[in-house]
Amino acid sequence: MKLQRLILLCIVGLTMTIAFPCAAAPEQTTTAEITPWFVPGRAVLLVWLVLLSAVVLGSIAVARKGVVFKVRRIAGLAAVDEAVGRATEMGRPILFVPGIQDMDNVQTIAGLTVLSRVGRTVADYDASIEVPVSRSLVMAAAREAIASSYLAAGRADGFNPNSVYYVTDEQFGYTAYVSGLMVRKKPAACFYMGQFFAESLILSETGNSIGAIQIAGTAETSQLPFFVAACDYTLIGEEFFAASAYLSGEPDQMGSLRGQDIAKAMVGIVLVLGVLALTLTAMTGQFSGIGSFFQSLAGG
Amino acid sequence: MNRQIALLVTLVSGVLMVLSGFLIPTQSWAEDVAEWFNVLASIAFVLGAANLAKIHLSKISSRDEGWGFSAVTLIAFVATLAIGFLKIGVAPLETAPLVSMSGEKDGEGSAFWWLYTFVMSPITATMFSLLAFYVASAAFRAFRAKNVEATLLLVAAFIVLLGRTFAGVVLTGWIPDSLSFLRLENLSTIIFEVFASAGNRAIIIGIALGVAATSLKIILGIDRSYMGSGD
Amino acid sequence: MSSQSFIEKLDAIDRRWIFLLMALSVGIPIFVIGITGTRFPESPTPTSLATFETIEALPEGARVLMSFDYEPASAGELQPMATAFVRHLAHKKAKIYCQTLWAAATPLIEQTLRTCVIAQHPEWIYGEHFVNMGYQSGNEGVMKVILTDYKQSFPNDYRGTPAAEIPMLADIVNTSSFDAIIVVSAGYPGSKEWVQYVVSPTLTSEKPTKLVAGVTGVSAPQLVPYFPTQLKGMLAAIKGAAEYEFLVNQAVEARNPGVKIPAQFMDAQRRMAPQLFGHLLMVGLILVGNTIFFARRRAARLALA
Repeated sequence: MKLQRLILLCIVGLTMTIAFPCAAAPEQTTTAEITPWFVPGRAVLLVWLVLLSAVVLGSIAVARKGVVFKVRRIAGLAAVDEAVGRATEMGRPILFVPGIQDMDNVQTIAGLTVLSRVGRTVADYDASIEVPVSRSLVMAAAREAIASSYLAAGRADGFNPNSVYYVTDEQFGYTAYVSGLMVRKKPAACFYMGQFFAESLILSETGNSIGAIQIAGTAETSQLPFFVAACDYTLIGEEFFAASAYLSGEPDQMGSLRGQDIAKAMVGIVLVLGVLALTLTAMTGQFSGIGSFFQSLAGG
Repeated sequence: MNRQIALLVTLVSGVLMVLSGFLIPTQSWAEDVAEWFNVLASIAFVLGAANLAKIHLSKISSRDEGWGFSAVTLIAFVATLAIGFLKIGVAPLETAPLVSMSGEKDGEGSAFWWLYTFVMSPITATMFSLLAFYVASAAFRAFRAKNVEATLLLVAAFIVLLGRTFAGVVLTGWIPDSLSFLRLENLSTIIFEVFASAGNRAIIIGIALGVAATSLKIILGIDRSYMGSGD
Repeated sequence: MSSQSFIEKLDAIDRRWIFLLMALSVGIPIFVIGITGTRFPESPTPTSLATFETIEALPEGARVLMSFDYEPASAGELQPMATAFVRHLAHKKAKIYCQTLWAAATPLIEQTLRTCVIAQHPEWIYGEHFVNMGYQSGNEGVMKVILTDYKQSFPNDYRGTPAAEIPMLADIVNTSSFDAIIVVSAGYPGSKEWVQYVVSPTLTSEKPTKLVAGVTGVSAPQLVPYFPTQLKGMLAAIKGAAEYEFLVNQAVEARNPGVKIPAQFMDAQRRMAPQLFGHLLMVGLILVGNTIFFARRRAARLALA
């Protein structure tokens, strides 16, 4: 916690020294003359970043003091146990696809977080899981995640490292392999958690055709309609990132979720006020100062 | 101990990447961090290739279900690798006509180019075109007017499906210019630019905050569940 | 067979029948158009019109960077856009700098340059009028680098020639050196990343980067919010390609009266007929699906009563 406070203080300090002089007088003097080391036009963004960080860390601190935050039921996550249980009963495997991007993608990391939890349930139920991946680094990370889950369940010897394996980086080569795997092995439950592109519908429709219970989660907005149409449950955008908090129930995670909600409310208020101010300016030709203020808050 | 090192690397590289968005002197360091990731990912290719060989060889040797596919995979993998490395059929560069391997591996006429043009391109295009079939089947099964929201979605789908083709022009081209916004192609544009765009913006804002909060938790080591230590 | 059992059978229809209907509704128009050459007239939408006008406004000799961020899988939807873009640029006598962030796209660049530049303008010299800088790995990392130093990420062209020996690269420093950037993209990294990492940082500068994008239909809604501030124009799916192709052909015909446009430059427009019948089938399937839904609901209510 001390480390976090230190980092927070450093960021706030930096903002005070850098952002405000830049934000106050960017027009009068060239930014290069005053702060050649600060990227011009980013002051407002930095302020937002600090605000968001402060709200999230502050909420975590509140949660650590014992304040309990409630989180609404997320059907897709509540169904994880049901899906794994069903696969166990049917004696069929569980398929987990952590998207098609690498470890530098936050959606892949969020997917592995869910995998970690699914792995724990799989270990508890003594079910079998198959995780074909399209990136070598993801394979290493996914193996580590499931191995730790088996260890936590007290069944370290039950983990089969060959259940997590690399297929290919090529998008449609990977899709062809996973579709074929589904048709041959007929997994009872399919999880799609990560970043997906055109393969989303091919995979989920194949899963649908074999009668698997399907749960998807992605922040790739263009693929959400396909998952919604073909899967039983879909974690939409931020729900996917909330999975970690929802599944673990840890105070730190719940606090960060609370912080996220507060930040969203702040953005919403600024958005509504900004739209009202700009509409008023456009209709009356007055109050342009207020409109410009809100535009500057948006970094524009 | 290993986990502590991993968390420290995450913290340092994460903070550097954030700072590079604001501080010019740190930008080159962040570029280095990105380069390190690329180097690691490239090395991991070897790990991936070894795993691919291991899994498929074991499937072939134990005659698992679908072992024939594994054999095809391994043959294709080794053949493509050999053709690329040995630059089979590559025409030499004009500047070095005597060096047979001086040309590009995928230059026109080479074996790799042949594989690309006549094997990879049609196969991947076929996979992509499967979408048309799956979309049709999903639309038939899932697109039903179960409630008011679903009905609105249906109406919007009809307008966009017809408005994005010549059918829109044929069906509503007669509408006078003063009411041209009612033509299907224009209604489709309105749905696209107003309603879909508004919904997208809302989802994107939520996602952006989720990404920022998740990144912050990962950088500061608050969320370690992706390493399997959530419990 | 009672109507109820027919409806139940129809509801549980083997999806391969639907696949067959789709194959026929797309295949037959392709066949017919191949024979007759029929095309539908296009009425360009605002985004396609803005795309055309942005390129059209470029002066002769303008430096335009074109990133081919897709692979053969999506070439059916995106290649006609890339072809129309390069053809328009060549027609405007712009300097064309091609590159890609997708490993499998370099042969596509070569193919496009052969069709639209080398075959149409044999007098053009490689390295002076057009260049293929090839592929660079690193996704958005490359974008961040070329924002400040283009040659750091692309030190050689596709053929291995050092950037210093390529005349048209002499005055290229970073992405601001280009008069416009065109991105034809299928996914990640794609137009969204170009907006975030290349356009957004220059929005408040004296010379904001002018970006035009051509994208697949499925990713278009995600990019609409960026038009027209960050994106000066956008071609959405094959429909957008057809509209833009129509405008380019019209401009070519206006400047060269009596010129005959080869069929290869009408690919997108020719694909609109299969798309029309595909869409009509979708509408039909949705109607049938809903008829089944309401019939079953009615039957269930009657059974309860």
